[in-house]
Formats: sequence, structure tokens, C-alpha cells
Amino acid sequence: MADKKKKNLPPEAQKYQAFQQQREIKRPVIKNCLKAFLVGGIICCIGQAISTFYITFFDFTEKTAGNPTTATLIFLTMLVTGFGFYDHIAQFAGAGTAVPVTGFGNAVIASAIEHRTEGFILGVGTNMLKLAGPVIVYGVFSAFIVALIKTILLQWGGL
Amino acid sequence: MLSGHRTWIFENKPVIISTGTVGGPFEANGNVPKSFDILHDDLWLQQDSFEKAQQKMMEEACQHAVKNSPIQKEQVEFFIGGDLTNQITPTTFAAKTIGVPYFGLFNACATSMEALALSAFIINSRGANYILNGTSSHNAAAERQFRYPTEYGGQKPPTAQWTVTGAGCSLLAQEGDGPIVTSATIGKVVDMGLTDAFNMGGAMAPAAVDTIIAHLQERDVDPSYYDLIITGDLGKIGRKVSLDLLQEKGIAINPDQYVDCGVTLYREDQPVLSGGSGAACSSVGVYGHFLKQMKQNKIKRILSVATGALHSPLSVQQKATIPCIAHAVSIEMGSDE
Repeated sequence: MADKKKKNLPPEAQKYQAFQQQREIKRPVIKNCLKAFLVGGIICCIGQAISTFYITFFDFTEKTAGNPTTATLIFLTMLVTGFGFYDHIAQFAGAGTAVPVTGFGNAVIASAIEHRTEGFILGVGTNMLKLAGPVIVYGVFSAFIVALIKTILLQWGGL
Repeated sequence: MLSGHRTWIFENKPVIISTGTVGGPFEANGNVPKSFDILHDDLWLQQDSFEKAQQKMMEEACQHAVKNSPIQKEQVEFFIGGDLTNQITPTTFAAKTIGVPYFGLFNACATSMEALALSAFIINSRGANYILNGTSSHNAAAERQFRYPTEYGGQKPPTAQWTVTGAGCSLLAQEGDGPIVTSATIGKVVDMGLTDAFNMGGAMAPAAVDTIIAHLQERDVDPSYYDLIITGDLGKIGRKVSLDLLQEKGIAINPDQYVDCGVTLYREDQPVLSGGSGAACSSVGVYGHFLKQMKQNKIKRILSVATGALHSPLSVQQKATIPCIAHAVSIEMGSDE
């Protein structure tokens, strides 16, 4: 918590929070980073293998193989999520499964499964992008800003 | 009778004549599976939603308690209960099935002892002859409401807790065989400004400490009067924090007599992080595990302190702090005269 926020608390609460923090089990940050690196790396290796497979056996180039590779990874994520393993892998891997496209896929699929009980329209349809929505909103928005900067630089910057 | 500011002494000795506890697959695999009356190996209980599964558990717990008692269902005068799921619908829907006059309560995970305290008060003042009370929670129903979808891969910190899938209830009577509810201390809302919804134990510990100290003072007993002081769902962290806090305030509690239902219910190697939580945590722990120990004469007097975090998913997102509460009820075996 920010220090500024803490100052607004009564002294008793501040004292307790320090007392509590000493007894809290800390997140094992370094261990988590290593696990994330390992699992994230494995997922990327699988992605690379799929990409190479499409380039070698199908009519794809390094540029065009990206989309089918992503689709394949998301399809695999769907199976792993649906069979109930993804959350267990993620508890071990942390950012390792959250950062690659599999994390995005899992967020969509898990929400879709979860809200099936409320029906296909108001349940699945409304809530499917509940977790992944921010990724799309801010992904599109930041892409727009970057494109704007690039256009300005190219047009007037004389690069 | 009121003793002090917020403690009731029940001199007419309301008796817990029977109990019913239901658990899910994770609890069946836990530390004390024998403490449950009914165990399910299916998280859905053959229902089409987790909420309906939770309702079914509550119904089963009540039916079991009535079946195991000398009375008929028609003799039950009130049902008092609550849970954590959306406007306590699982409890309300269960009350519809049970079909007796109903009080719905919400005090998060402290609801179990709130219900027991109110039931004992009504029985004690001859407001009823038989009252059913209990709470339920469901891991997946709580996850989806308070955290993320069940299958979502988010890493939880070591301070997080595991919501118990289960339901526990007890049947109180004017007289009969069984443990006696002797007193209750009602908690007040304590907020130490914590905002981390993944550290409930740390947020709830001061509420538990506040209620325990008030209870000991107003009932004028020493902690050693109780064989066990049982907190609801503080988890490992909350238990340690509250124990240290009590000792700092000069309350001499022996660590061996200070146990937590959330820690007791699960094995050390189960991935529950800091421990169990949820509205059913203290009810299945106390009515299942600890009352069975009392009936076997292993322990004679307990103080059950159910702790609750009174936040909502909305209040957490709006960055409000987490207010907490704890209610204490003492349960004792009758003297051997």
C-alpha cells in the first residue's frame, strides 16, 4: 500500500499493519520468477515448434505462420482449461502461463465455462470477455497511439 | 441474561441435540473426513450449478440433523442461517425446501456463530422449543463471486485461503442430551485498514482478538477455563497474528489450546495455502469435528469464535478497506452430576 494512503489511517491501524506484515508469508518472488521463466519458455518452445511445423509442411512463411500458430496454441489451451488442468499449472507457473497467448485464451475460455449456467446469451455471451476485455481495450488503444506516433514521425519527421 | 456489554449468559441451558455436516470431494480427501456425516465426491452434487449444489448441501445437513434427533421435522419452529453467495440464495432456497419459519443472516464467515448465538438466545428465553441453524459455502460458487472463474489460471499468493465446500447445522432444544450452549459474545466491526482480499486471515485477526478479550472479561473467566478456543477461518497467518496479538495484550493463551477450523480441516500437503475459509468452515469444523470430540469426552469446554470479512467484490474493487467481525459462542458438556 502506498505510504500516502497509510498516513490517513489511525495510528492503531498503522501499528497493526506493521505487526501483521511481519507475520505474513511472503510471496517467493525469485522462485516464482524462475518457475515463470521455465514454464513460459516451454510454452514459447511449443509455439516455435508449431510455427516451424506450419512453415515446413504447409504453404506458410515466417510472416504468415503467426496466426495459425496462435490459433493452435489457443485451441490447446481450450482443451487444457476445459479438462481442468490449466489453473493448476498456472498456480505453479504464475506469469509463465499468464503472459503468453495461452493466458489470454484461458481467461476467455474460463469465463465462458463459468457463466454457462446463466445461458448462452446473457451468460457466456456477456461474460466471455469479462477478464480478457481489458487486454483488448488497452491493446487496441495502445496500438492506435503507437501507430499515431509512427505516422507523425514518418510524415513530418523526415525519417 | 446480559453480562457486561455484549455477552449473553444462557442460564436455561439450550442443548445441541443433534448436528449435520456435509462436505465436498476436497474435504473428503482432507485431514478429518470422519468428522463429516455426508461426503460427496462430485463438486456439482449432480446439480446443474454450483449454487444449487450448495443449496442441496444445506438441505442435506438439516435433514441429517433432524433425522438424528428424537424429534420430527414438523416440530422445528425456526430455521436460522446464511451464507456468502449472492443475497444468501442457497440458504433461502434451502429454507423453502425445509419449510419452517426462517431468519436469513449475513455476517460472512461469522454467520455460523451469529446463527448459533441467536438460536440459543431465542431458546433460552423460551421463544421456541426447537431451532435449526447452520451455514453453507461452496468453493466454486465463492471463487466465481469473489475472485475469478474456477478454471482461470491466476496465481494465488501464500496468504490466500481455500473456501470450504460444505454445510454444517445444529439443532437446538430446550432440553435433551448433548453439549450445552452456555454463553455468547457478539462482535463489533473492526477495520484495521487492510485492503488485500487475498489476505483475509490478516484482516480478520484483530476482530477475533477483540471478541475473545471481551468474552473473557465479561464472562469473567480465564483462557484456561476452555479446553480449546477455536477460531473459524483465520488460516495459518491469521492464527499466528491473532495469537501473538493476544499474548501481546497479556492474555495467556497456550498455543496448543488455540486452534483454527480452516487449518484443522485440511492436510498439510493440500494446496489450500494459508488454510480453509468460507461460511461453512467454522460450522463443519465445530459441529463436525470438535463436537464429536466433545461427545467422545476428549474435550469438555470450547469457545468457538467465527470470524468474517464483511467486504463485497464491489467494495474491494472500489478500494474500500475490509471490515471484519467475530462472534464467540461457548459450548460445554454438562457436569457429571
